[in-house]
Parts: sequence; structure tokens; C-alpha cells
Amino acid sequence: MAHTTQVIRSEWTKATTVRATLWTLAIAFLVTVVFGVLISLLLNNTFEDLPERERLTFDPVLTSFAGMSLGQLAMIAFGILLVASEYSTGMIRASLAAVPQRGLFMTAKLLVGTLLVLVVGMVTSFVTFFLGQAVLGDLSVSIGETNVLRAVIGGGLYMTLIAVFAMGITWVLRSALLAFSILVPLFFLVTPILASIEATRDVGYWFPDQAGTAIMSVVDTGERPYGPWGGLLIMVLWTVAALVAGYVTLKKRDA
Amino acid sequence: MIELDRLTKRYGTTVAVDQLTCTVQPGVVTGFLGPNGAGKSTTMRMMLGLDRPTAGDVRIDGEHYDRLRDPLNHIGALLEAKAVHPGRTAYNHLTVLAQSNGIPQKRVPEVLDLVGLGSVAKKRPKGFSLGMGQRLGIASALLGDPKILMFDEPVNGLDPEGIHWIRNLMKYLASEGKTVFVSSHLMSEMALTAEHLIVIGRGRLLADTSMREFIKENSRSYVRLRTPEPERMRDVLATAGLTPVATEDGALEVDSVESDRLGELAAEHGLVLHELSPQQASLEEAFMQLTAEAVQYHAHGTGKGA
Repeated sequence: MAHTTQVIRSEWTKATTVRATLWTLAIAFLVTVVFGVLISLLLNNTFEDLPERERLTFDPVLTSFAGMSLGQLAMIAFGILLVASEYSTGMIRASLAAVPQRGLFMTAKLLVGTLLVLVVGMVTSFVTFFLGQAVLGDLSVSIGETNVLRAVIGGGLYMTLIAVFAMGITWVLRSALLAFSILVPLFFLVTPILASIEATRDVGYWFPDQAGTAIMSVVDTGERPYGPWGGLLIMVLWTVAALVAGYVTLKKRDA
Repeated sequence: MIELDRLTKRYGTTVAVDQLTCTVQPGVVTGFLGPNGAGKSTTMRMMLGLDRPTAGDVRIDGEHYDRLRDPLNHIGALLEAKAVHPGRTAYNHLTVLAQSNGIPQKRVPEVLDLVGLGSVAKKRPKGFSLGMGQRLGIASALLGDPKILMFDEPVNGLDPEGIHWIRNLMKYLASEGKTVFVSSHLMSEMALTAEHLIVIGRGRLLADTSMREFIKENSRSYVRLRTPEPERMRDVLATAGLTPVATEDGALEVDSVESDRLGELAAEHGLVLHELSPQQASLEEAFMQLTAEAVQYHAHGTGKGA
């Protein structure tokens, strides 16, 4: 369909002609890789000091992904800004006057945004894995070992889904400020705390980010009620729900 | 052509646009006039499918806006607020819009030159003045070379040179056979550009008429006179079948009569005149009166006597 490709091209130009887009993606990459390498380095040097239980369940893949908890914030920022900039600037009126088919408009933006975060997410995941393993030395694993490739691809998928989830939520909230003030504390503080406290753990595990990280662990600690793919599926369902809510809002509200 | 059929928009209990029915004809500049808050912008947003009507219908060339394929080729609009990402260059902004509607890339530099923004094409609108912002908005409206153009308060905040430019542009577009629909809260502005008028007040249609008709019907012409003997003058006028109205400064105003006739009447009766001057109420006054009535109608529930 000629019309659909036109709109996708237009959204591609939109995403790539504003600095914020490219900056947030670059920051997501850098932060994830740099912190992943630093934490891998730290653990490599202090491994002998760890308690035995932690040494037995040591997960070299998840360790190299440690920077993702910070890097994901930049991915979330990308998702928020991609959508919210339409509203904060008034561009939404020009956009919808040009493409009044709101479902098509949203789909095109979603495709472009997803493609960008998928590519950056995958590159980030692979780079941070290989650099992290290089630093871990004797503790490292190779990409060919059981479940490792799944975990590394999973890392890219995780970053993609968290950004797309943020896009969906922002279509509902229509404001960068609102979206940031909800999503950043949620994923940086609330869910990690819920998942690390014994009493709230069972609840915390069901949040999209906590469920999604299951795909990145190679060593199954047996604490979670779902496996790696089950966890990713939970995250996908959250993301779909956010997008549906976003679509309904876009369809119903005046621009 | 734009057709509005009982178009209505309510926000809660507030009625912004109330059963508006009218047609915007091609080939002329149609002025869309009303005081601030009359519902002009809301109506325009509904025309573009940005706001959903509570009831009624609006069609562009017989189609609903969201049924138009590549709408920028049918209708171009400049809305009141800037609808531009401040961090995306003027050139890229127009490229985005052109791509979404399959408009050839070469139109982008063309319209930029047309509105006089050629030299700042690669600049970010962040640093644009209000006038430059308006010009960029007009460039995006002209991008698809549409048959219908819509401008919401285009001269707001412009310098005299910019205002002059927009007036001429609108006249030129209409002379090219395009439908030009322009909103304003200033009658004087409309008098210079519009051939047809649609006047609304509180969301209701008050007038849908040609500018010439409107002037004829609404511009009251009268004669103002001053005399040291106003009482006797009144009697003389009454005998001649005329009813003068006294003004605050002691003068008399007489409707629908030539000043010659009044001068002759005064001479016949030996009345001294200190002033005898034909007057014409301005269009602005006529417009104010028209919309004031609408306001009063809603406030007191009586349409008469204003």
C-alpha cells in the first residue's frame, strides 16, 4: 500500500531529524555498556569474597547486563519523547491534519520507533555481553553455551519492549512530564524494591520489567513462578495492553 | 467546498459550537468572523478532524476529513497555535509533511521561497519570530497545492509588512479559484480581504452573507445636527415624519434622510444650525452590535430590543 509506506517514511524522517531521539539512543547504548563492563570488572576482582551461595548461582551473562537497569531509562526516555514531543510542541495537529487515519499514524510511528530501539537494543546487548565477558576472564561464558544466545537476544528484546511499553503509556498520558514522573520512579525504584523484598516479591515479579529480565538470566534460581520465555510473554502482554490503551486514547480524544 | 451541517461541539455543559450550518464556497475569500471565544477555532479544528463533533457533520469536497487520502492535497490549514517541533528544521518539518502525503520533495524549497523563508530553511524554528512561525505554517498549508485553504487568525501578532503580505496572498489564492476560509475577530481586517462573511457569536450562526450585503444592511448612515433650539427642531422633524435621536453631547441624529433635506427644513423654519454632517457607522460597530445581540440573547433570553 503506497499510503502506508508514505506515512512510515514520514515518521522515519520525523524520528531521525530531531536531536533528542538520537541522543537518548546513544545514551542507552553507552550507559548500558559502560556500567556493564564496570560491574563485570568489579565482580571479577571481588568474586572470591562473595558468599558461597552467591558464587554458586553466579550468572556471568546477567552480570554483564547490569548496566541495563540504568540504560533502560534512556530507552524509556526515547519512547516517551518520540510520542510526547507531538503533544508538547503542537506538532500533533499538523501530523493528524496530514494523516487523519489515527490508527495508521500510530502504527507508522510505532513501527519506526520499534525498529530503532530493536536495532540499538540488539547492538547494545551483544556489545555489552562480549565486552562484559572479556572483562570477566575466567568467570566468563561463551555465546555458544546453553541458553546464552537466548539471554543475549533476550536483552535486546527487553530493551525494545521497555521502550515500546513507554510509548504506549505516553499515548495515554500525552505529556512527557507525566510519563517521566510515572515510568522512571516505577522502573528505577518501585519494581526493583518490590522484587527484592521478601514480602512483596510475589507481586513485584509480575511487573513488566521484572518479568522481562527473566529472559536474560542463564542460571535459573527457581525463585520465579515462570521461566525465561514466560517472563518475556508477561512483558509482551503489558506492552500490548499499554498500546491498546494508547490507541483508544488517541482515537477518542480531541487533538 | 466545505459544508457544515448542524455542526455542534459541547464541552460538558458549555456549548462551543451550536448547530452551525453553512457552506464555504470556492473562488472567494470567506471571512469567518466572531468575537474571541465565539467558537471559530473549535469549528476549524472540527473541519480538520482534530476535534470530534458532538453532533452534526462537516464535509470537505463531499467527504469526511478522515476519509480523504492525502488530505494536504485537498485542504491546507494554518491553525492558531504553532504546530511545529522547535528542534526540527523548517526544511525537515515540511519534508515530513510532504512525505506523509506523497507530495514531491521539490515542493519543499518552492513553498519555502514562496513564503520568504528560503534563507532559514535549515534553521530550527526554536529561534523563529512569531511572523516567521506564521510563514512556516502557511508554507505547510500551501505544500500540497490544495484547492481549499484555511487560516485561523493569520494576522495575529504580525508586523504591518507581514499583514500586508498575508492579505495579498489570500486575495491571490482566491483569484486562482481556491476556496479561502479565514477567521478573524477584527471586522476591519475582513473588510479588506473577504468577499463573503460568516459571522458567529457564542457558537451560533449570526450572518451568512456577501460582504456587500452585509455593508448595505449593517452600515447605518445618518445625519448629525446641532442647533441652539433642539426642542423646536424636534417638532419640525416630527412634522416631516422624522424621528431624531438625542446624543449625550446635545446633538441630534436623524436616520434615513439626506443632509440637504434637513438643511432645507431648517431654513424653511428659520432654525440656526451649528452642525450638519452626514455620518456612516463603521463596519466594526455593525459587527459589535450584531455579536452583542447574540450575547444578550443568551444572557437574557430575549432576542429583541437590543
